[in-house]
Amino acid sequence: MASKTLRAPFSLRLLTNGFIVFWLILAAFPFVWTLWGSFKVELDFFSIADWTNALTGYNTERTYGSPFTGVGYHGAWVQEEFWRAVINTGIVCFFVVCTSLTIGTLGGYALSRSAFRYTFWLLIIALIFRAMPPITLVSGYLLPFFEWNVWGILPTTIIVLVAINQPFTLWMLHSFFQNIPKELDESAKVDGCTQFQAFRWVIVPVMWPGVITTGLFSFLLAYNDFAVTSMLLSESNRTMVPEIAAFLGTTYTEGNVMFAVAAVVSATAPLFILVMFFQRQIVSGLTAGAVKG
Amino acid sequence: MKHRTFFWFFLPTGLAMLLFIAAPIVSVVLQSVFAPHEPVLITAQTCTPFSCTEETTIDQEATRVLREAKPLGRFVGLDIYFNRGHLATAEVAEAWRTTDSLTAFFRELGDLPFYRAMAFTLTYTFTVTPLLIILGMAIALAVNTLAQKLKGVVIFFSLLPMIVTPLVGSLIMFWMIDNRGVLGNFLSWLVSDPDLSVKASTGLMWVSLIIYGIWHSAPFAFVVFYAGLQTLPEDQIEAAQIDGASRWQQVRYIVVPHLMPLVTFVALIQLMDNFRVFEPIVGFNASAHATSLSWIIFNDLGGETRQLSAAAATSVMTIIGVAILLSPVLVRTWRDFKGKM
Repeated sequence: MASKTLRAPFSLRLLTNGFIVFWLILAAFPFVWTLWGSFKVELDFFSIADWTNALTGYNTERTYGSPFTGVGYHGAWVQEEFWRAVINTGIVCFFVVCTSLTIGTLGGYALSRSAFRYTFWLLIIALIFRAMPPITLVSGYLLPFFEWNVWGILPTTIIVLVAINQPFTLWMLHSFFQNIPKELDESAKVDGCTQFQAFRWVIVPVMWPGVITTGLFSFLLAYNDFAVTSMLLSESNRTMVPEIAAFLGTTYTEGNVMFAVAAVVSATAPLFILVMFFQRQIVSGLTAGAVKG
Repeated sequence: MKHRTFFWFFLPTGLAMLLFIAAPIVSVVLQSVFAPHEPVLITAQTCTPFSCTEETTIDQEATRVLREAKPLGRFVGLDIYFNRGHLATAEVAEAWRTTDSLTAFFRELGDLPFYRAMAFTLTYTFTVTPLLIILGMAIALAVNTLAQKLKGVVIFFSLLPMIVTPLVGSLIMFWMIDNRGVLGNFLSWLVSDPDLSVKASTGLMWVSLIIYGIWHSAPFAFVVFYAGLQTLPEDQIEAAQIDGASRWQQVRYIVVPHLMPLVTFVALIQLMDNFRVFEPIVGFNASAHATSLSWIIFNDLGGETRQLSAAAATSVMTIIGVAILLSPVLVRTWRDFKGKM
């Protein structure tokens, strides 16, 4: 395609490149700006007098003698104990991903290997469940959870997030397992393996690419969830996202907006690293459903 | 695979979905037709030689017994659905009778929480979805012309708005459009009105929420379309070039029709996702100007008084809305399945 006659005219190339630069600024500038501003004092980050203050850190320098300050981070992590929320998020994400992959792999494998009609209906039901906004389920959880005295603790939230994750996990892994030739486990069964042994010794060694992609999305769901975690966790067990939302209520009144800014930057950093390392898997996961359908 | 083996393989995930998705839906529907018990009142008459006074007190003991006997509350049928907080049929009928123009009627409707939320949710859903598809398509077409080495970097930055936590993303945006933030400053300089504040204006708030929605979801459309562009039928493009089709004509008559199934896919997914808009309203602190059904549920559930019945009724109506938007997807899946048989 790169032959000379097909090259775009200069004006068109200028237009497309200009558009990409515009989009990149649109996509990345808010993050860069907030990262930069998180090392300033509030008067610089929110500046009525002169917006360049946010760049130069005029007031920050006057207060702390240097244009950068870690005061927001200190306030969020030490004073407001944001590290607790970080640890909670770590626990929730780890267990959600592990559990939902374990049971999702078994279920997805079974769906891909069974030729009966009910597999189709199970997938349809999963699709319907996938479309349910999690917040609509929350009012159904509260009453029983209060009754059984399990409200507010991490294990409850983990189980709920695993369940909410299942429909998506099943669809992803189902279509992934369908691309693994059936002959592999059929031949293992001919050699005398049970279905589970065939799965364990033949399928498990080759399934990791699909499982990693699915795991990434499970992680994102658990990490990004706000509706479930903010409703089902008590104050001391909050994960990062509801903790940030709680910051807003208190900090706006106390004038500590920079704590929230620092917390927001801290919560974004892991996602940056994730995209950096797993870009290929994320893209393939996003397109898996689309290109086939 | 035998039924038995299938059953054991599927049991854990099936059980999880049954207990934590199917059962809560049933429980939500049940809760929405029961209201909390009203306290049992006792009226005692105390008479003095000259007059009698009636005194009403709450019978704590009887109330407690009643609550324990029937923990769900009292059955009220569809009353909650039609009360002022939800469909507000009486208020709507009243407004219809008393107002003399449609504008006045809609203004009255705008004061009712359910219709206020619906107005924003629907506007949001049906403006964000087409715009994000157009933006995503434009980015995909532009990125496709780039050199291979640049593509990776551009895709990395393009993914960020979508991957970032919705609440965090909306906060980042909100701090920028704050009237002391950089974009807010820029806007008021642009229209030379130093008092311009996005937070104070309903119209501007809606626009910023919509812009945020496009910013957040366009990467998804971009990635899907970009993947579709990799499977373009090259022979058709070549044939069109030989026939003298211009660049624009190639895009219009070959590329876009080739991507059409993907456009439908993205549109269906995004309609459902945008219908449940929620986090940006919290992040933008916009509930004074814009609400959505999900936000109403959240608001009812939070705080000291957890209004479970009201939240449940709104939840059921949200589920119905999602079901309507989902039906084309189901029909499509059904047709695919029929095709495979």
